[in-house]
Amino acid sequence: MTPRWRIWAIGGLIVAVVAAAIYFPILRRRVRRAARQQQQSEEQARRELTQPIAVNPGDPRVKSTLFWGSDTNDSTLVPVTVELPLSKDPVLRSKQVLNTLLAGPVDAESRTLPPEAVLLAFYLLPDGTAVADFSEALATLIPSGIASEQLAVNSIARTLEANVPQVQRLKILIHGQEMETLAGHLDLTEAFVVNTKLAQPPPSPAANAPATASPALTPGQAPGKLAQPESKP
Amino acid sequence: MSLALIPSQAQQPVPSAAPLANPSAISPQVPQGGAAGSATSTFGAQQAGLNIVVLDPAHGGTDPGARGTGGIRESEIVLDFAIQVRRALEQEGFQVVQTRQGNEDPTFDDRSALANAQRGAVFVTLHISSTGLPGTARVYVNSDLPAAIGANGLIPWDRAQAPFLGLSKKLGELVQGLLAQRFKGSPDSVQTASVRQLRTTAAPAIAVEISSVTVNDRADLDRMAPGVADAIAHGVAAFKPSYVIPNTTGALP
Repeated sequence: MTPRWRIWAIGGLIVAVVAAAIYFPILRRRVRRAARQQQQSEEQARRELTQPIAVNPGDPRVKSTLFWGSDTNDSTLVPVTVELPLSKDPVLRSKQVLNTLLAGPVDAESRTLPPEAVLLAFYLLPDGTAVADFSEALATLIPSGIASEQLAVNSIARTLEANVPQVQRLKILIHGQEMETLAGHLDLTEAFVVNTKLAQPPPSPAANAPATASPALTPGQAPGKLAQPESKP
Repeated sequence: MSLALIPSQAQQPVPSAAPLANPSAISPQVPQGGAAGSATSTFGAQQAGLNIVVLDPAHGGTDPGARGTGGIRESEIVLDFAIQVRRALEQEGFQVVQTRQGNEDPTFDDRSALANAQRGAVFVTLHISSTGLPGTARVYVNSDLPAAIGANGLIPWDRAQAPFLGLSKKLGELVQGLLAQRFKGSPDSVQTASVRQLRTTAAPAIAVEISSVTVNDRADLDRMAPGVADAIAHGVAAFKPSYVIPNTTGALP
């Protein structure tokens, strides 16, 4: 090979390397974007298939209380009152409130559950045990940690407690399976006891106070026995 | 899991220190199968009273735990924290047994088994959270567990923590109080949560969770380690007089 050809060959190689260096990050971004879009569309499709939110036009619009995170303290739950058309059937009603909880608050910072999570199925057994089956996103996309996992479970349990008095216990499944923990910390092997006492209409005048005036609930000071595991049958 | 805990071979809380239903009837002990990690054999050296701390750096192996955007992994940080906690505890005169010393991932039951095999031990599991005010620390004890004692006097492995909840809360309050003094913004009192690791542990057991992996610089977490170590060591030392195990003469496995 003459020196001239060697120069051309080296030059060509350098151009190829530079082109690859420029193109590679672009390609990687495209692949990531495509993967994300695919994931989103799968999630969307799953939502459409699994969540026909049963809204009956005849359902009365009632004030319901949902529990999302506090915008000032990320380990605290605050009750938020919203008006929803809710079925009288406890299973449909549970699905309606949980889907609203999953859809999230106006302020995304107050979310307690990942937006990708989907309620796949919900059952209510005759003894008052609710079985809520969520998609894997609940376990894989929730911030890992005792506080964040406890907050997520408490938000589900408190929302059911406040709106569906028939629910006495809550068992959480992930994609139809019993999991040992939610995301490495919180125990999911047992049902959580839901304090039905708080689901009764509050007798005190304080019940009419704005939602923000209600006492905040933290994972560490959940009143009653909420979200406390109970004995296995 | 249906393993039962065998009587007369393990630590028992003093009834006055543990306001639980008939704690003397509960005689937990390690199940068969042994513990993973770097257990130190302690049976020969055991004396009455609290003298062993089982230290559990959570996660490990393929389970990194919480992950920060800057590449911080909970499993690595807690291992580094454990070194300092261990040193502080040894300075207080405690023997320390770690559930892991490298990048292994013992199961929850293996970690519990390591504590359940000891007499006169407390269990401390270390975590770093994904959320919470950075620079703060929380201590958790297990949520209330109904005591389930069989007619044969055994308690199920699944309920091993039940008779120790009173002592766990006492230990947790002591450690949380010291952490609150060192790290502003930390809660003043111990929290409760259904922590899987604690449920099967037959000893006073707490989880310490540091906030958080979201810090921009890992050094921010590293700077907390001496304070956390000091709080745990002094908390356990302050707890020691509250915890006395009976001088049983039964043979140990």
